[in-house]
Amino acid sequence: MSGMTMSQKILAAHAGLDKVEAGQLIEADLDLVLGNDITSPVAIGELKKFTKEGVFDKDKIALVPDHFVPNKDIKSAENCKCVREFAIRNNITNYFEVGKMGIEHALLPEQGLTVAGDLIIGADSHTCTYGALGAFSTGIGSTDMAAGMATGKAWFKVPSAIKFNIVGKPSKWVSGKDVILHIIGMIGVDGALYKSMEFVGEGIKNLTMDDRFTIANMAIEAGGKNGIFPVDDIAIEYMKEHAPNKKYVVYEADEDAVYDEEYTIDLSTLKSTVAYPHLPENTHTFDDIEDIKIDQVVIGSCTNGRIDDLRISAEILNGRHVADGVRCIVIPATQKIYLQAMEEGLIKTFIEAGAIVSTPTCGPCLGGYMGVLASKERCVSTTNRNFVGRMGAIDSEIYLASPAVAAASAITGKLSQPSEVID
Amino acid sequence: MKTAKGTVFRYGDNVDTDVIIPARYLNTTDAGELAKHCMEDIDKEFASKVKAGDIIVADKNFGCGSSREHAPIAIKASGVSCVIARSFARIFYRNSINIGLPIIECDEAADAIKNGDVVSIDFDTGIITDETTGSSFKGQAFPPFMQKIIDSEGLINYINSK
Repeated sequence: MSGMTMSQKILAAHAGLDKVEAGQLIEADLDLVLGNDITSPVAIGELKKFTKEGVFDKDKIALVPDHFVPNKDIKSAENCKCVREFAIRNNITNYFEVGKMGIEHALLPEQGLTVAGDLIIGADSHTCTYGALGAFSTGIGSTDMAAGMATGKAWFKVPSAIKFNIVGKPSKWVSGKDVILHIIGMIGVDGALYKSMEFVGEGIKNLTMDDRFTIANMAIEAGGKNGIFPVDDIAIEYMKEHAPNKKYVVYEADEDAVYDEEYTIDLSTLKSTVAYPHLPENTHTFDDIEDIKIDQVVIGSCTNGRIDDLRISAEILNGRHVADGVRCIVIPATQKIYLQAMEEGLIKTFIEAGAIVSTPTCGPCLGGYMGVLASKERCVSTTNRNFVGRMGAIDSEIYLASPAVAAASAITGKLSQPSEVID
Repeated sequence: MKTAKGTVFRYGDNVDTDVIIPARYLNTTDAGELAKHCMEDIDKEFASKVKAGDIIVADKNFGCGSSREHAPIAIKASGVSCVIARSFARIFYRNSINIGLPIIECDEAADAIKNGDVVSIDFDTGIITDETTGSSFKGQAFPPFMQKIIDSEGLINYINSK
């Protein structure tokens, strides 16, 4: 019998089993159940249908209104009110009101609520982000969230895995976003359907925690069930800083674990990568990018709204100016990141460059508000999806890119790589 | 015996949750309201043309993108009796089972069925029949555990009955 992947080991441990195999259906204990202002109201409605009342553990549920907050309209305000009242009624420890909230997948690791070895489900597809710390975490819908909140359990079909062997060191302006866009371009938007994406190899030490969060975050854009990284010194250091009191467990894939496919990614050969409309798999490098004039730039989201992302953007925008006719919207993902950016002078740099800086929100990423596109407008965005109509009008266009490419494009007014504006 | 019969709305690969129900309508959880905007960004006429019992047939990776359960809720509330596709994105797949929207994976059906065909489905046998052409196809069966959730008409009824 073959060994288990890292993901399978976490699932087995939470199901009380010594061994699981791909395809096996299991019921497993959850360490955290997450919801936001879009998905939680549906879950709260479903929860009322349970014969047993209440939640399984008030400390193991996280409610983060982040999509349409501060409330964008009356209906959104009612949804947030529903979540707030539910949190108060059930004495939910980890409810994050405006002022404390951030974009959920940046906020929860920062708050120390997600650590290595955890099994986490969230009613948001980008819940896969926490795999960066060596947790098994995956997106589910509102009914699964309701069942998770009520019982502390969820059913899983044990996934098989694809192994990505990361080697080498990325060049100056290449970051986690380029790595994951390159991979999605290579395997397609259903290339990892139902599967784990396990990232291993000596090159991982050259990826910062923020790079890893970005990579794990977009596993879903390849159809993946989860993305996961081994727990190394960088991850341990992050957890010591952010979750000093939470116990973490390090799982490692067995040496004889079986993978459906294996790829080697040499970071030193990667270039700035852009996904053209309307799928994240439509990737291009600047070798074949023509002049594409743009109307807007968004730097933010659960994918790229962390401090590294803001530092890179500010380094490029520093002393330069956003092109005439371009709106540049910068959204720090959490209050802490916002404050840190302020203390480091990054906010000043953005404003002096002619960008605007918003309070944390998912806002424009899903066409909610704070940067909705008009007909035929084009946006270079550090977000995660470029589907038809995702950010506004159905004939608007989104080009997914790294913070470095987004900042460079803001300056030139066209899709640009960093070397066009900075050494 | 559970059956469905209706006219087919045919779509291609990677029909994402943003076109099934655009986020601009996610400020409501009302199923009827969501249904009014179902498929709006890929097929403006869907909401006005769809009748109770109609069937969606698509190619690979149907429902990719967001975890929004509003997507299968909108489809179900539109009156759609079943979605047939080559493959489904995993969260959409779970959500559909959990809310009791019948879905079937079937390559052969996706190869043959055309927009506007009348199709019937026997859920007990998994047989899909294109009544316009007379061809039949066998959909992939669910694992017994998932079939139990479907038979209970959703996850919560299933848990309550345990």
